[in-house]
Amino acid sequence: MAHQDDSMTEFETTLKSHAHQLVDCLERGRFDEAVLMIHQLNQARDRGLYQEVGKLTRELHSAIVKLEIDTCEARETSQITDATDRLSYVVDMTEKAANRTMDLVEECVPLVNYVSYEAQSLTADWQRFMRRDMKAEEFRELVPRIDQFLKRSMNDGSQLSQNLREIMLAQDFQDLTGQVIKRVTRLITELESNLLNLVLMAGQVDRFAGIQHDHAQLRADQLKQKEEKEPSKGEGPQMHADMREDVVSGQDDVDDLLSSLGF
Amino acid sequence: MKILIVDDFSTMRRIIKNLLRDLGFTNTAEADDGTTALPMLKSGSFDFLVTDWNMPGMSGIDLLRIVRADERLKHLPVLMVTAEAKRDQIIEAAQAGVNGYVVKPFTAQVLKEKIEKIFERVNG
Repeated sequence: MAHQDDSMTEFETTLKSHAHQLVDCLERGRFDEAVLMIHQLNQARDRGLYQEVGKLTRELHSAIVKLEIDTCEARETSQITDATDRLSYVVDMTEKAANRTMDLVEECVPLVNYVSYEAQSLTADWQRFMRRDMKAEEFRELVPRIDQFLKRSMNDGSQLSQNLREIMLAQDFQDLTGQVIKRVTRLITELESNLLNLVLMAGQVDRFAGIQHDHAQLRADQLKQKEEKEPSKGEGPQMHADMREDVVSGQDDVDDLLSSLGF
Repeated sequence: MKILIVDDFSTMRRIIKNLLRDLGFTNTAEADDGTTALPMLKSGSFDFLVTDWNMPGMSGIDLLRIVRADERLKHLPVLMVTAEAKRDQIIEAAQAGVNGYVVKPFTAQVLKEKIEKIFERVNG
């Protein structure tokens, strides 16, 4: 970057010093010298411009090399394709984990329901027995039920603890997907800084070539595009919701908003 | 009570289905976006619609608008369960005629409250 500034200042110094001489020549009517000076100025500007274009080309090339986008080897090796694959892997992993967890929970539900239902019904009978409010015949029926309940509780208990352990293990995706997401984030940051460099280089070329962009117009266009992005589109989960005015920070906020609308 | 659950993620449909079952609603059907949901609604005599907002194909808000514009479906109670959390969006959904709005992530308790509130109002 320092070098670019050097060449720019060099050009500007030449421009400044020649400007006075040019006016001087013109005032004194020495047009041949003036034309020569304009020619020299042009040459200095062209030299700078060619240098900048050359630098831009080199930078572009090295950025492409860094991005590892190789036209010959098509898409297979590009990091973007790789990142896409990685993110699909995250989607697969999280979906698998969610389904595995829900399978196990669904398995647990009837076991827990049985224990609580049967315990309730046994308690009623057991209390009658304790109050000595039970015939011998009824007691003989109660005994195998208690026996079965204890056996099932034992089996179901170990099944439950095994399922809980597996639910815990199903969360191991967090570690793997976390690593993948971090890698992809790093790639995007690198991409951004490389692109930013390119933009800076291109800006330097613009200065030499004297290209003026209508920044106000560009910004207005961007703003318009932003406004045209309808809310109907859907944006997905909002980040930093608590720091933003236009986003609710939870269900309570939603309820407040809706009740203010007469809901 | 027949309920249609519309969400593009099968895991979310499953979670909502499970929660509804716990609340005693066992008769549920699923669709993965508005485009598949609409013919089901038109032919399936549903009593309640739970829909996500952001889905490929037809979004939940478009589905809601079509439901409200349909002579036979316009009174169907609609609960939106979505990650969309911008105030403008919630206002937009309210204006389109939504009966309840739950933002993800949500709890079983919140879902229960909103469903009960909707039925209270519909029946009352």
